Amino acid sequence: MRTERIVLHFPKHLADKPVIVNLVRKFDLDFNILKATITPDEEGVMVLEITGEEENFQKGIQYLKELEVKIQPLSQDVIWDETRCTHCGYCVSYCPTKALQRDEKTYMVSFDPQKCTTCGICVEICPYKAMEIRLVI
Amino acid sequence: MAKTIEEINEKIREGKAVVVTAEEMIDIVREKGVEKAAKEVDVVTTGTFGIMCSSGIYFNIGHTKPRIKLGGGKVYLNNVPAYAGFAAADLFLGANALPDDDPRNRYYPGDFEYGGGHVIEDLVSGKEILLTATAYGTDCYPRKSLNAYITINDLNEAVLFNIRNAYQNYNVAVNLSNRPIYTYMGFLKPKLGNANYSSAGQLSPLLNDPFYKTIGIGTKIFLGGGIGYVAWHGTQHNPNVPRTERGVPKVGAGTLAVIGDLKGMSPKWLRGVSMKGYGVSLAVGIGVPIPILDEEIAFYTSISDDEIYAPVVDYSSTYPNREPDIITEVTYKQLRSGEIEVLGKKVPTSPLSSYVKAREIANILKDWIKTGKFLLTKPSAPIPGPESGIKFKPFSGREIKEEVKEK
Repeated sequence: MRTERIVLHFPKHLADKPVIVNLVRKFDLDFNILKATITPDEEGVMVLEITGEEENFQKGIQYLKELEVKIQPLSQDVIWDETRCTHCGYCVSYCPTKALQRDEKTYMVSFDPQKCTTCGICVEICPYKAMEIRLVI
Repeated sequence: MAKTIEEINEKIREGKAVVVTAEEMIDIVREKGVEKAAKEVDVVTTGTFGIMCSSGIYFNIGHTKPRIKLGGGKVYLNNVPAYAGFAAADLFLGANALPDDDPRNRYYPGDFEYGGGHVIEDLVSGKEILLTATAYGTDCYPRKSLNAYITINDLNEAVLFNIRNAYQNYNVAVNLSNRPIYTYMGFLKPKLGNANYSSAGQLSPLLNDPFYKTIGIGTKIFLGGGIGYVAWHGTQHNPNVPRTERGVPKVGAGTLAVIGDLKGMSPKWLRGVSMKGYGVSLAVGIGVPIPILDEEIAFYTSISDDEIYAPVVDYSSTYPNREPDIITEVTYKQLRSGEIEVLGKKVPTSPLSSYVKAREIANILKDWIKTGKFLLTKPSAPIPGPESGIKFKPFSGREIKEEVKEK
């Protein structure tokens, strides 16, 4: 069994054709739509979680590629909204990778996205909602 | 030689007052001694910014045409229930109020996305708030419903009235159990995984005036970015607790009830809060000026984090069961270092109140006083000190066996 989150870019000519349903019908894959949007130039973007046997998974991806659907792995970014942050420093001791740190003299909090592994603990606990997870598409 | 508030105000008017923050006062007293510091310094400014649950607002919406009597009806602000037990057009909203349909902790731990504290922040920000009300209708107030957007500018009076703020010292929360817990002191990892604290320590107003010699009813303060006043001592005010040799309480002690014009405040200093698994609240910024009337007060304002002790309390069992035990005592210097030792284990610490903001408030207040924008007030009455004999009582009502079913 394999579960992957992927981002699909649908070209215009597929807009009115059934595609995702075939992942179930032809390849016995489960899917969960996490996000779906249509851009102003009518390209469709969908974030999908697909689960199935490895062989079916590969076949399903191949099917999408043949239809000219562009496929990217999904990544997440944690965003620090400094205007919401009160620099209390509550998050700092919870951050497992020290992406969130506090200056020893000024006590100001800083966030280094390079060190962040998007575990999401800061997003869960920040009382001021200064941390946010964004799907990068 | 003692100074009076009138003399200090005269200096402020002339732009000659010497104003320093409580942090700066520590070094001044260390370097020059109490006697000299008391002569030279006129005012010490304090500050605190933290989650203060017993906060709320009251306001008057004016009279609709035809009139509606909100008193005795049901009123919601952005779906959050407001208290409608006053007359026709007055409402009260508490920081911890939640929408009726909020799942609360039914899906544990609850997210508590939006509540009273957030409505207060949105109102102060100038945002439109949806007011939905139903009333029973009378001959003089015939209308039975109101559905309208309001902003702070549409209101007559809009007043922040917090019945318990600025706690003089507080617990350090830890978790001795085997499971993670979600408390008003934050997320506590099992088996002493972390320790959370919430006080501005050496910058905190009541820790700089441990016996309430200058802070009293009528003291003018920085409140939520605007001007406020001490209205009364806060609820749960508990001056009779163990104190250090310097007179500083070793556990949560005094509190303040504060009041001020919401229209002069800012969302920078009044922030809606969501505490996972616990609820919603409001973070409030408060700054109190302390007039250096004599050497004794100068001495009190020189308190530093290494001289203030806080009790470490287990929030998995001792706190919920209201047991008196404390595990140990630690200083705010130790807490602020990022690590304390509890029961032989090194435990990382997290603050819940913002020292950065506390410092900013003390500096803003210092600037207001130095530039003559803010004069000091003489309290019209003191708040009760240890000599009052007041002690915070636990619940002592007569309990009835049957459990109350939720309606």
